[in-house]
Amino acid sequence: MKIRAIMINTFREAIRDKVLYSLLFFALLMIGGSILLGRLTIGENIKIIKDMGLASISIFGLLIAIFVGIGLVYKEIDKKTIYTVIAKPVHRYQFLLGKYLGLILTLLVEVAIMSFGLLLLVLSYEGHVELSILKAILLILFELMTITAVAILFSSFSTPILSGLFTLAVYIAGHLSRDLLAFGVESESAMIKYSTAFIYYSLPNLDNFNIKGRVVHEVLVSWEYLSFAMLYGVLYISIILLLSMVIFQKRDFR
Amino acid sequence: MIAVKTQGLSKEFRTGFTMKKVSALHNLNLEVEGGDIFGYVGPNGAGKTTTLKILTGLIYPASGNAWILGRDIRDVAIKKDIGFLPEGPYFYDYLTAKEFLYFYGQLFGMRKREIEKKVDELLDLVELRHVKDIQLRRFSKGMLQRIGIAQALINDPKLLLLDEPMSGLDPIGRAKIKEIILRLKEDGKTILFSSHILSDVEMLCDRVGILTQGRLIDVGSLDTLLGSGIKSIEIVTSHIEKDTLREIETVAEKVTLRDEKLVIVVNGEEDKDRVLGIINRNNGRLISLTPGRKTLEEYLVEKVNRGAAL
Ligand SMILES: Nc1ncnc2c1ncn2[C@@H]1O[C@H](COP(=O)(O)OP(=O)(O)OP(=O)(O)O)[C@@H](O)[C@H]1O
Ligand SMILES: [Mg+2]
Repeated sequence: MKIRAIMINTFREAIRDKVLYSLLFFALLMIGGSILLGRLTIGENIKIIKDMGLASISIFGLLIAIFVGIGLVYKEIDKKTIYTVIAKPVHRYQFLLGKYLGLILTLLVEVAIMSFGLLLLVLSYEGHVELSILKAILLILFELMTITAVAILFSSFSTPILSGLFTLAVYIAGHLSRDLLAFGVESESAMIKYSTAFIYYSLPNLDNFNIKGRVVHEVLVSWEYLSFAMLYGVLYISIILLLSMVIFQKRDFR
Repeated sequence: MIAVKTQGLSKEFRTGFTMKKVSALHNLNLEVEGGDIFGYVGPNGAGKTTTLKILTGLIYPASGNAWILGRDIRDVAIKKDIGFLPEGPYFYDYLTAKEFLYFYGQLFGMRKREIEKKVDELLDLVELRHVKDIQLRRFSKGMLQRIGIAQALINDPKLLLLDEPMSGLDPIGRAKIKEIILRLKEDGKTILFSSHILSDVEMLCDRVGILTQGRLIDVGSLDTLLGSGIKSIEIVTSHIEKDTLREIETVAEKVTLRDEKLVIVVNGEEDKDRVLGIINRNNGRLISLTPGRKTLEEYLVEKVNRGAAL
């Protein structure tokens, strides 16, 4: 109930912010723009539309997750709006969870709007929509939820600029982490083996969530795989949020 | 019932590049009796806000303990009985007044009906009903202060912690807040507020605590703090000769010239009689005689200066 109130309040703040609308506008513009690009290439233009559409959803979602995520907690402390909330019978973890869920709700709505645009486009080209594209969007959502959790973790103890950089770094490394592990396994040195393994397991393996290529090229993605990826996401997010809560619980608001 | 009690409360902040320690609060032992209006005063940086932030769980003390209404402040449940107005105040400016109060009602787990009724009541109390659908970003400072008070009252708290509730308000706004504070006392609530407007503190408070450099240097009722000090009396005269003046100066605390008139301040009845005697004997003219106790402001300035000299 209290968490829900904080979630709705966070969502309300987001939807009353104009920046979000301009981001959404650009995302839709880019999805629409894929038609033009499709025209320029021969044949395969539905693939280009799907490819660019999914990429736009993913990138603009990422922008929102990072930009809103890093300021989510920091702004409340910096603007001192958190004072009145913490002085109420609200546990700090409830506050943090409410903020997180509020941003997830925002992302959900944004992704839904962008997806709607893309699906409409696909429908007008192909006359039907395959389920697989929804699978891809679902996993994009899980990726965004993971990144948001990471952004919150950093913003629970550091400034927005640093949090932004850290989160971006995690995003990039999270997509490369499998290569890192492969590199470590082949290495002779135990030191490198262990440290690469450590980094691999502590970073989110974001490639788990990336089935865009398979969907575009119509390779089947099984439900088993989908469930595995989502379960991984939920576990990773839980651990990160738990860690954020521990940090958040200990700090002074000043 | 003791509404607020602290024992050996200390807090330091690390600031700057060197992380130098600044002691904000030092071994604070404070007691606020239930039903009282308690004035928490002291110069800038004395530690008033720090105290209130510890009591509301915004920051943690380095050492010491505190209880509110008999329960340890680490218990989040005590906040059900507290209303807090932070210094500033800073609020969610994208919310309308009504949404804003509604939000805080939800944080107490109140039901929709209950919140709606309370919100209407509070909007009337702080006279903001006519702007209830306007976003807080369009509010003036006084209006923000008032919605802040309303926010602190949403749960009908037993204890109110108000950090400079009168700051930045015009005289009418201040009078309004004072009226609200007095009404809350009538309802049996305890109010602890910090302020730099000492005339307000004098008017409202049952007891006053003086804090300077993180230390509570004095606490008590106004009568004990101010009444015990020797009463000063202001005597205004004219037609005083040079020699007479010299004689008066040996007795008086302070002598100043104001509009051709002599203003003499003496301490206590005895000195007053002596000065009046001198004036009479030398055919001076008595214009007025104003007895007065020290104001809290004078008391505070004196006290703090003496503290600084130690
Ligand atoms: N966030 C902070 N970081 C570092 N030092 C701080 C911080 N907040 C307060 N202090 C220090 O703690 C001391 C007490 O500050 P506090 O804000 O409690 O004073 P105050 O009595 O409320 O003053 P004012 O009347 O100006 O509001 C001051 O020396 C101040 O510099
Ligand atoms: Mg202060």
